[in-house]
Amino acid sequence: MSDDTTCLFLGLVAVLTVASLVAAILSWRSPKPLPSTLDNLNARIKAWWIMVAGISVAFLFGKGGVILLFAFVSFAALREYVTLTNTRRADRWTLLGMFLIVIPVQYYLIWIDWYGLYSIFIPVYCFLAMPAITALRGDTSRFLERVSEQQWGIMLSVYCLSHVPALVTLPIPGNEGRGLLLIAFLIATVQGSDVLQYIFGKLFGRHKVAPAISPSKTWEGLIGGIASASLMGAGLYWLTPFSPLEAGVLAALACIMGFFGGLVASAIKRDRGVKDWGHMIEGHGGMLDRADSLVFAAPVFFHIVRYAWT
Amino acid sequence: MSGASLLQRASAAMLAVLARAVTGVRPIWAGTSPNGPLRIYFANHASHGDFILVSTCLHPAERGRTAAVAGADYWNAGRVRRFIAGRLLRTVLVERNWVERRADPLAVMLAALDAGESLIFFPEGTRNMTEEPLLRFRSGLYNLAAARPQVELVPCWIENMSRVLPKGAFLPVPLLCRVVFGAPLKLEDGEDRKVFLDRARTALLALAPRKDGTPQ
Repeated sequence: MSDDTTCLFLGLVAVLTVASLVAAILSWRSPKPLPSTLDNLNARIKAWWIMVAGISVAFLFGKGGVILLFAFVSFAALREYVTLTNTRRADRWTLLGMFLIVIPVQYYLIWIDWYGLYSIFIPVYCFLAMPAITALRGDTSRFLERVSEQQWGIMLSVYCLSHVPALVTLPIPGNEGRGLLLIAFLIATVQGSDVLQYIFGKLFGRHKVAPAISPSKTWEGLIGGIASASLMGAGLYWLTPFSPLEAGVLAALACIMGFFGGLVASAIKRDRGVKDWGHMIEGHGGMLDRADSLVFAAPVFFHIVRYAWT
Repeated sequence: MSGASLLQRASAAMLAVLARAVTGVRPIWAGTSPNGPLRIYFANHASHGDFILVSTCLHPAERGRTAAVAGADYWNAGRVRRFIAGRLLRTVLVERNWVERRADPLAVMLAALDAGESLIFFPEGTRNMTEEPLLRFRSGLYNLAAARPQVELVPCWIENMSRVLPKGAFLPVPLLCRVVFGAPLKLEDGEDRKVFLDRARTALLALAPRKDGTPQ
């Protein structure tokens, strides 16, 4: 366990402690029963404690722990996604294959660091095999729709998310043995940006970015959140092989991608008439409600770092 | 048969863990509380997993005194099925075949109720394999209600289980499920059989999500 890891961990505990104290004071001064915003804030902070604890435990087990953690995140996310899609009996084998074969194989390929295969396994082989299996079952009703929904689901929930643990395998010169910290950097900036966008939006939000999709996404929240999260990313440069400026720019990029991830997830939920993906994480909704920004940020961040630093 | 055996309790707890891992099942108590008097939980039926889902949603104490009503013709066929239904699970087996049956199904179910067991009951009488959300109810629910009017009839809408484990499937597809428990029904004085069964069916259907297949 390096000093930097300890610093990061203590920093997170400090931030959460401050958040819990602020929420406790707000709750104490507010009229009872608590307004729903405050209730939700308390639930969210409590869930953050649990998530930080979960991620910390995974980090203790190193690369294997993080891969297992994200395989589980993919499972939960895919389950939430498929629940909202149109499935027919003929899709059974494809669906079972997504859960029982695609998830384990994709994460195993990351474990053995076979970049050439894990980067094309889903978009080439699975994308061809899945419609073939569905077609073999012979049910053509809404075929195109069903196949597209399955492919988009496996792309978001498994392929994109698997690029988070894949960061640990990048052979960046001078960064040996510090791959986990790069993951911590990405998660901290993207999730930090979500939280900061929420705070800036609640405090200053006036002008909606996409009123037809989400009432809670405002330009004030977006700009304030991404700017402050990028500054935070620059301040966390010591976790990474980057200079402070590079760290800030990469953080900004990851946060902008994260914003689009949240926007797309909101559009899907709006289309299906649900508010949240599920109820796994109290106060936040489902796994995808928490991971949507990471879904879009992870592969882009991964490939830029891979291109420019290895 | 009163009180669950150790084996039944252990397998019920294990099935509950499994059901939660695969389906993340959540109970929605819309019109009643988890604790109540002796009950008949009546639910839509399309999958073998249905009664596991309802049982998982119950409080462990209630789960311990609740048995599922199942078809004897199916569960007594073969040694494995007989072991599952008789030893592993808490079931009340009734014979659905009018011609060959030896025991009156109503008497078997009433004996279980009188022994202090709540029942999970599928009033359609069989698994629904049609595109219709709910088949016509058979008379069983009415006969139970008429014979034991003090027992609460709780409608339970099971959502998505037919997608997780349809008839003939062995491996479950992980999808999120919910069980919506509605307000309890009672048979009105002098209520006609058909009127009551229609009312019960409507009450159960009212708990279903919207037509486009998305959850509420």
